[in-house]
Amino acid sequence: MGPTDAAIRPAGSARPLAWLRANFFGSIPSSLMSLALLAALAATLPDLVRWALVDSVWRTADPAVCRTAGGACWAVIGEKYRVMLFGTYPFDQHWRGYAMMAIVLTLVGVSTVRRLWSGALLIAWGVGLSAAMVLQFGGFAGLARVPTSLWGGLPLTLAIFLGTVLGGFPLAVLLALGRQSRLPVVRALSIGFIETVRGVPLVNILFVAALLFPLFMPAGVNFDKLLRAQVGMLIFFAAYTAESVRGGLQAVPHSQYEAADSLGVSYWERTLKIVLPQALRIAIPAVVNDVIRAFKNTSVLVIIGLLDLLGGTMAALEDPRWTRFYVEAYLFVAALYFLFCFSLSQYSQKLETEMKTGRNY
Amino acid sequence: MATPGTNPIVTFDGVHKTFGRFRALNGVSLSVGRGERIVICGPSGSGKSTLVRCINRLEAIDSGRLTVDGIDLDGDVRAIRAVRRKTAMVFQSLNLFPHLTALGNAAFAPESALGLSRGEAEARAMRYLARVHVLDQADKYPGQLSGGQQQRVAIARALAMEPEILLFDEPTSALDPEMTREVLDAMIEIAREGRTMIVVTHEMGFARAVADRILFMDGGEIVEDAPPSAFFEAPRQERTRAFLAQILGH
Ligand SMILES: Nc1ncnc2c1ncn2[C@@H]1O[C@H](COP(=O)(O)OP(=O)(O)O)[C@@H](O)[C@H]1O
Ligand SMILES: [Mg+2]
Repeated sequence: MGPTDAAIRPAGSARPLAWLRANFFGSIPSSLMSLALLAALAATLPDLVRWALVDSVWRTADPAVCRTAGGACWAVIGEKYRVMLFGTYPFDQHWRGYAMMAIVLTLVGVSTVRRLWSGALLIAWGVGLSAAMVLQFGGFAGLARVPTSLWGGLPLTLAIFLGTVLGGFPLAVLLALGRQSRLPVVRALSIGFIETVRGVPLVNILFVAALLFPLFMPAGVNFDKLLRAQVGMLIFFAAYTAESVRGGLQAVPHSQYEAADSLGVSYWERTLKIVLPQALRIAIPAVVNDVIRAFKNTSVLVIIGLLDLLGGTMAALEDPRWTRFYVEAYLFVAALYFLFCFSLSQYSQKLETEMKTGRNY
Repeated sequence: MATPGTNPIVTFDGVHKTFGRFRALNGVSLSVGRGERIVICGPSGSGKSTLVRCINRLEAIDSGRLTVDGIDLDGDVRAIRAVRRKTAMVFQSLNLFPHLTALGNAAFAPESALGLSRGEAEARAMRYLARVHVLDQADKYPGQLSGGQQQRVAIARALAMEPEILLFDEPTSALDPEMTREVLDAMIEIAREGRTMIVVTHEMGFARAVADRILFMDGGEIVEDAPPSAFFEAPRQERTRAFLAQILGH
């Protein structure tokens, strides 16, 4: 698009032809691109529409119906969504998974409204997360105990994701501060940790966590597999996010440190009340990026044998009658991931503009 | 009014400070009496900022001896904190805390450094915001204030520490002339209260009105140290005369 398009674009749809010309046929290269795109659409779109909408089957318990129809078999979702969403979690206990997700998503949703940030919201998080844990673990308040080895699907994904972000973020802040510390030992340890973890692929860390930790543990100590994966995800997130936070810290002018120092406040008062509030605002976009990546990274858990959302879907497709409709199933899961990540990224953009235009900064 | 040398609150004794190979302070000796108002002037790079920044240990001295209200600034961490609570500084750059309101800026240190309760700290902050005539701006953020208002809030932030010594490092040189006036007026009012003040400035009208002594620095040394009348009418050093001629436009 040329730099002039904003100037040429008409105010409303009053001159759609002019708009079309300015945006798609403004120059010879631009026209060629537009034509190529049109050709590509013309070649693929009809087939795609026929597959996804016209010849598709939306509801059936019989895979044979899908096979004869020849289009997309969306019915696989209706038939298999319970396994996709909950993995090996006991079937008659799935309501607990729904309840857990409702609690967690409500907390996240409410927290996006800045007006509601308060001590009460923190308490709500504490209560809500406790309730979510009770629901997942059971063995309490009359709920049957469900060992973590049976956990799966979206609740598992959400649990690991929340544990990663809520536990990893404070660690990231400490690591970022440690990296700037004047104490050589603290600085060396922080840099060593951050660079080591960032230099190793996530899958590798998870294998180390899943296979190596038990070797170092005394015999008989059973270090829960889920917990090991959680630790691996958490340190990976923390190492990356520490660098995002460091970017924010570096953007706080030195004069702010001096102003605080000249008033005789302690390191922690200066850090918590002056430096971090400014640094974290600056770091928000980068940190949200890390959070989105952490959410998508949960799909790697399947490699060490945890049935997260993606793993649950793979398990669901092991049913030979439905295996061949994996494309539809994976599209559904992709849509779920996208919905979540896209919302996060939209939210971070909203937060950014709010902070730029906000009266309070 | 205290006379120089009696009951000193700040003493420099042969203080040296270098940045790399550059000598910012070159054997400075100085005694500031309790309640004295000192104005420091001199060409850019002569060490004025370094001198006042040593007093609250934003810079560490290399050699010599520096005491503030009887406390030796020899690097002991607790001594540094103690001195910083007895001093407060107004900077040239308008470096208020941008994420706090004017009230929050002035209440921050009384609460965090002096241990006052939130309510006490805010009451005190309000008092000093009123003193510099920005009480009506208490709930605004620095970004919403003019430069002159910001600098007066910075003065209130310093006063709210109720410090023994107030340090100013060219508090008006980043401001427009009208705003300079309102800030200088506030400083003149404060000067009447008998607190020790050490002010780096080239505002010679202010110096004449307020200073007990004026120091002229050049090349990291105190070249001239005299009461205003002597400083302006009969400077002893040629360098001082040249500087005054330049700055007063003779
Ligand atoms: N942090 C620093 N690092 C290196 N050089 C510095 C630093 N601070 C000051 N200087 C140098 O020391 C000299 C004296 O600086 P300063 O005390 O700020 O002078 P003034 O306030 O009189 O203009 C200047 O030449 C300056 O470049
Ligand atoms: Mg200076």
